[in-house]
Parts: sequence; C-alpha cells; structure tokens
Amino acid sequence: MYLLIAGGGKVGSNLARTLIRDGHEVTLIEQRSSRFDQLEVEFEHQVHKGDATELYILERAGIKRPPDIVVAVTGDDEDNMVICQLAREAYGVEKVIARVNDPRNQAYFDLLGISPTVSATGSIMALIEHEVPEHGLIHLLELRAENLEIVELTVGDEASCAGKTIRQVTLPEGSRLISVVRNGKAEIPDESMQLEPGDSVLAILEPGKEDELRKVLVEH
Amino acid sequence: MRVIVVGCGRVGSSVALDLKREGWDVTVIDEQEDALGRLGEDWTGGFVVGHGIDLQVLRNAGIDDADAVVVTTDGDNTNIVIGQAARKLFDVPTVVVRILDPARARFYASGGLNVVCPTSSAITALTDAVRAYEGALG
Repeated sequence: MYLLIAGGGKVGSNLARTLIRDGHEVTLIEQRSSRFDQLEVEFEHQVHKGDATELYILERAGIKRPPDIVVAVTGDDEDNMVICQLAREAYGVEKVIARVNDPRNQAYFDLLGISPTVSATGSIMALIEHEVPEHGLIHLLELRAENLEIVELTVGDEASCAGKTIRQVTLPEGSRLISVVRNGKAEIPDESMQLEPGDSVLAILEPGKEDELRKVLVEH
Repeated sequence: MRVIVVGCGRVGSSVALDLKREGWDVTVIDEQEDALGRLGEDWTGGFVVGHGIDLQVLRNAGIDDADAVVVTTDGDNTNIVIGQAARKLFDVPTVVVRILDPARARFYASGGLNVVCPTSSAITALTDAVRAYEGALG
C-alpha cells in the first residue's frame, strides 16, 4: 500500500516507522524545520517538509497517484480536517483517517463526513470509564462509515433481563451481544446463558440504538 | 438583521464597524479580549471572547439566529472549517469566508463556499498596474 501521513510528531513518525517495517510505501509530511531535520535522518527521501494543507505540498508528496490511505495526524484539528477534505474531494483519495486532538471538535469531523477518526483522549476516557464499576453505557469502538459501534454496559440490579437467558431477552433490532464478563471472566455466550445483575456486557449495534439497548439491559 | 464576525483583526474589526454603522446587529468573536479595542470605545455591539471553532462560543454569539456570518481569523484552515459549520450545521443564509491561499480559495469556492481571497485580488491588481505602465509606454 502507499500511504501519505501528514504530521511528523510522535504519532506520525511512529506510524510511518511501523508501516515501513511492514513493507508499505510511506511519505511523511512535517512542517517544523527542526523536527523535519530529525526525521530526515531516519526517513530520508520519505519525509517532506511543508504545510500539508497546501495543495502544492500534497502534490509534491505524491497525492495525485493517489495514495491508498491519507492519515492526518497533526496536532491541529482544523489542519487535519482540511487535509482529509482536500485528499478526498480534490484528489479522490478513497480512505482518510484523522486524529482528533480535542474531543469537542468531533462534531466538525462528523459534519464534514471524515471517518474514521481517532481521539486519544476519547479512547482513554472510554478505558477509564471501563475501569469504573458503576458506569453507564460506554462506547468502545465506533466504525461510523460501516454504521456500527461496540458498546459496553452493566446489567442493572433491577433490569428486566436479569435472570433471563439471552434467548429470552428481546434485543433491539440491529444489535447483538458479543461477550459477557462476570467476576473478571469473559465468555462468548451462547443463547442459553443467563444474565445476572453486575454482568458487564459487550454489544455490537447500529449507532442510535443505545437507549433501546440500555432499556433492555440496564433499566427495569 | 444580525451578523456575526469571527476574528477581530484589522479586517474583522473594520467589517464589524462598517456593518454596525449601516444598522446591522453585530456580534464579534475573538480569542483575545484586547481585540475589543479595535472596535473603539463606543462599541455597543456584541463581543464574545473565545475560539470561533468552539460550537458553544458560536451559539453564545447568536449564530442560531444569524442572517450572516463573516469568517476572517488569521488562519485559513480555521476559516474554512468555521465557514462550513455556519452553512451546513447552522444553516446561516449568508456565509463569507476569507482564505488567503489562492489554491485552497479556488478549491473551496468551486465547492460552493463563498470565498474572498485578498491574495488573488492583490496579484491581479499588481500585475494590472505593471501592464498599465507597459501599455502607457505605447
């Protein structure tokens, strides 16, 4: 694969290194002079200096080929948005991936149809919530383009599903239970498994169905 | 008629003052509180301190009822993004965005964004001035 990575910070450079090691062709774009000099030592001709939101810089880095994937991982959300828009709409790149630095900007990425996005803050928040015994529904993984997400919920004490087998529980259409964690042990359940309050359940579902799922598994 | 001006530098502040003089209800957004100084001591319009990319800041400035939004911060990419949000998320009837880079200005204009590119205007005006001189030589 040929990938274009915008942003040569820790994320971009580590990503480039990993991809090259795996045998892919990579071009990295970094705009800061001092950082570029460091990267050039390791990446040589594979790193370009410049602002990846400038069309002529993207073209010099080979965006007209086009790359299979453009990854925008600069530290600036607005830059990442524009890089992805230019890649997709000016150059016909099919797959773009963007880093979201400030989770509050997620709405912009959604508005502009840029997906998938990775927010380190968001991912770590989800893991922190995962560690907290009493938590609501948490989003572990969102695949927006595929219209799917994986969520985790805890079966409530008074939940209508408590004591029922999975077969007996009417899940919202478009959702499925993937695993049940009870007392630290995870199981991929079959339909005869009985759900108990306190069970931590992983489910896959269409976005928007979270409230319906919560009603079935958590509330009474 | 309500207008929001995002970015209170030389351009934004002048746009705000001109429109206010013509009777518009103007609210200005800028990250720096000092920028308020550019509007003069008699400024009676609105001023919100904050980053225009923050949806809450835009809402505080009244974007939900705005008839027009002028986006003129010093960052092309910021302007591009806020301009699109004003149109697509808030459905503001008139949105105009300043983009300094002619290449990005052309691209986003072709996509339907209302763009003003001072750089392109300057290039045209400067080359025309030289051509006029050349023409005058006969």
